[in-house]
Amino acid sequence: MTYSYYPGCTLKTKAKELDRYARVSAEALGVTLAEIEDWQCCGAVYPLALDEIATKLSAVRALDSAKKEGRELLTLCSACHHVIKRVNNDMLTNDDIRMKVNNYLKLDTDYVGETNVVHYLEMLRDAVGFDNLKAAVKNPLKGRKIAAYYGCLLLRPAKVMQFDNPENPTILEDFIKAIGATPVITGYRNECCGGYVALEDKAIPQKRANMILEEAVSKGADTVITACPLCLYNLETNSTIDNKPTICYFTELLAEALGLK
Amino acid sequence: MQKIGVFVCWCGSNIAGTVDVERVAQAVANEPGVVISTDYQYMCSEAGQLKIRQAIKEYGLTGIVVCSCSPRMHEATFRKTAQAAGLNPYMVEIANIREQCSWIHKDKDEGTEKAIILAKAAIAKLHLNTPLKAGESAVTKRALVIGGGIAGIQTALDIADAGYEVDIVEKSPTIGGKMAQLDKTFPTLDCAACILTPKMVDASAHEKINLFTYSEVEGVSGFVGNFKVKIRKKARHVKADLCTGCGVCTEKCPSRKAPNEFNQGLNKRGAIYIPFAQAIPNVPVIDTEYCVKMKTGKCGLCATVCPSKAIDFEQQDEIVEREYGAIVAATGYKLINLDNFEEFGYAQNKDVITSLELERLMNAAGPTKGTLLRPSDNEHPHEIVFIQCVGSRDVSGCGKPYCSKICCMYTAKHAMMIRDKYPDTKVHVFYIDVRTPGKNFDEFYRRAVEEYGVDYIKGMVGKVVEKDGKLLVQGSDLIANEQIKIEADLVVLATAIEPDPSVKNLATMLTASIDTNNFLTEAHAKLRPVESPTAGVFLSGVCQGPKDVPETVAQASAAAAKVIGLLAKDKLTCNPCVANSNELLCNGCSQCANVCPYGAIEYINKEVNDHGKREVRRIALVNEAVCQGCGACTVTCPSGAMDLKGFTTRQIMAEVDAICK
Repeated sequence: MTYSYYPGCTLKTKAKELDRYARVSAEALGVTLAEIEDWQCCGAVYPLALDEIATKLSAVRALDSAKKEGRELLTLCSACHHVIKRVNNDMLTNDDIRMKVNNYLKLDTDYVGETNVVHYLEMLRDAVGFDNLKAAVKNPLKGRKIAAYYGCLLLRPAKVMQFDNPENPTILEDFIKAIGATPVITGYRNECCGGYVALEDKAIPQKRANMILEEAVSKGADTVITACPLCLYNLETNSTIDNKPTICYFTELLAEALGLK
Repeated sequence: MQKIGVFVCWCGSNIAGTVDVERVAQAVANEPGVVISTDYQYMCSEAGQLKIRQAIKEYGLTGIVVCSCSPRMHEATFRKTAQAAGLNPYMVEIANIREQCSWIHKDKDEGTEKAIILAKAAIAKLHLNTPLKAGESAVTKRALVIGGGIAGIQTALDIADAGYEVDIVEKSPTIGGKMAQLDKTFPTLDCAACILTPKMVDASAHEKINLFTYSEVEGVSGFVGNFKVKIRKKARHVKADLCTGCGVCTEKCPSRKAPNEFNQGLNKRGAIYIPFAQAIPNVPVIDTEYCVKMKTGKCGLCATVCPSKAIDFEQQDEIVEREYGAIVAATGYKLINLDNFEEFGYAQNKDVITSLELERLMNAAGPTKGTLLRPSDNEHPHEIVFIQCVGSRDVSGCGKPYCSKICCMYTAKHAMMIRDKYPDTKVHVFYIDVRTPGKNFDEFYRRAVEEYGVDYIKGMVGKVVEKDGKLLVQGSDLIANEQIKIEADLVVLATAIEPDPSVKNLATMLTASIDTNNFLTEAHAKLRPVESPTAGVFLSGVCQGPKDVPETVAQASAAAAKVIGLLAKDKLTCNPCVANSNELLCNGCSQCANVCPYGAIEYINKEVNDHGKREVRRIALVNEAVCQGCGACTVTCPSGAMDLKGFTTRQIMAEVDAICK
């Protein structure tokens, strides 16, 4: 099983653990992640302006690169996944954007949304299978109580992302069960962490991070996992509560359960 | 050569706004055979019809073309007009220049051109029309009502009281439907059971009404006045003729895992059960999915304790075939699935319930015997939040685009009843709009606000989160322009209603049309609201659109009146536009009989005289009383022997030629 892999900038800098443990775990599970050549920043924020084309080009280059290899494009960072999946949807459904992007890129053949974008968690669920993952676990995280924190980027807009039920997702909880731990379901697991507002007004992400973590702690979680570097940053850096749980990427626990950490 | 009159209708501005009607009349005035061509503001009015009648007499017309609305709307009207002036009604052709022309075009020139072409096509067809005479068919004096809720019961009672036999087919083990689950009914707050159960008894005791409970319609054939219906009587595994309804079996059944449907799954019932104490018939049913005996072969306790030996584990489904003159759909509704609305946490929190669940929690015969206790810990809730429009008026695609119509009123009812019974309880209602257009409805809602102090908040709820045993409701108050949080003990969702899913299959069987939301379509939205476009099929209750109890009962009686009007006739005039087979061309291949949806074609051996050569041939014969003129056989026949009166191949080709000229 080979995927074209798009790591994204943050995974090479701030979020190295997210990337590193994803790679070793994939290898152990028989999944090859072939990093695409010369990838560029995805743009980090999906541009909502209808005439915004330039910031979508790098996502299309990545998508076209996977298309040329005849593979699915695997992503890991929530922000990259969000941007690339939505740009791909534009290329598939929006004639105007498709025409303008192709006019810019002048590819050998037009890119029209052929590539399937898969998040690492979707790969675990659909290609590997959580039952097989469970069987591959060497070091089940028994007794650990883990709250999944989805954030917003993976789930919404639900019709485009088609990731999980946006209001009652289960994929991370199923993952937690597969690695032998107990999921703690929290109400704020699909709420925004405050995102980039941290740059402008720290008080907002602070309030939200505290709300999210307090709920997780009050429901007995010892760990909170995420797939998003920005969520991790806000929960970790901008929260002010005393009894903070461990906050880490889901790939770290995956590697730990597989005996690779 | 025919002498043809052409009458172009303005339909007020409906047609004249986009079609130059005068130009249409002028453009066809010199078509072959046309002796008079004129226009008028409302051709269907008395003055318009008079114009037509006078022209027929004055010019000795042999046929008329009316350029107006869809033939579905006024073909019958203009045929009557022609008949009154001594013309055969089938010498009338309608050119539909409204639905198929003026309503769909914006440009007046384009619209006018098209209207002229449509008029010319109708003239070309009329040249080949021949007078037709309608036959007659008998009427089976019995009606079928599908669905045994308040709609079906009311329709059946009214038809039966007029002296006609009625069968009610109900898919669940008892009649009564959703209304049997309700506690009180707005706006008078009388108890639903007190007004429904006597009607249920009346229906079962009526000598003209025959109940098929735990039964489903499996197939429908025939046509208005002469339907043949297959009914599957599902095996109850209890012999209804022996059972006395003592209920010992239901008490002794050791399986207690099945969700109690009547209580919306709030408690469990046995595998052998009677849905509720006032069920009709009072005969239990074995739920084979949960019955230990059915699954493992061990148990059979019910059979041991039954004093009348009524339990029959071997009982099989039974198919009954019955004939009817009319069929009434009264299939009702269900609540929508809430998977798309998990921001309210219905699947995640036991104390987030639907309004129908609340009905059961407030009902004296419900799981809490009428004491309002929240499901998670059986404690009395002190702060309750109602959320209206959950899935209704939803344009996001998660829910339904329409207003479910009943929720504003039942929410006001719930809020008022809770404040009345438990004055220590705070009640908040989140709403988009409060819609109370009914007799004494707004007064009722105002009482909830003014006398009972219910806190109505204009705005929607974004999220419900469980927090320390409470439900934290986050919403927006649009009037105060602020985000609010309420710590509630119970959250009640006024969930949208949708047609019962069985209606889709039924619509196919009845060839009755349904709309994009699966509501059955009426023949005319304003003027024929209880009839389906399919002759002999009528609509009663929520299967046609959201309705409360008073409206449902009104519509149910209206449907009954239409059925009685049909059954009162001894003969129905048939459609003379039926198929016929040319015996010289027919080669007896049977292809037409295979495609005929009405079973109207049979084959006979007949001596034919084929240009002097006499021989016995196998040829198709159309039963004109059964044929509905759909035309499937005419396009299937490989030798061109089948033709449809009033729509012959030559007539249709003449229309095509006129359009293409």
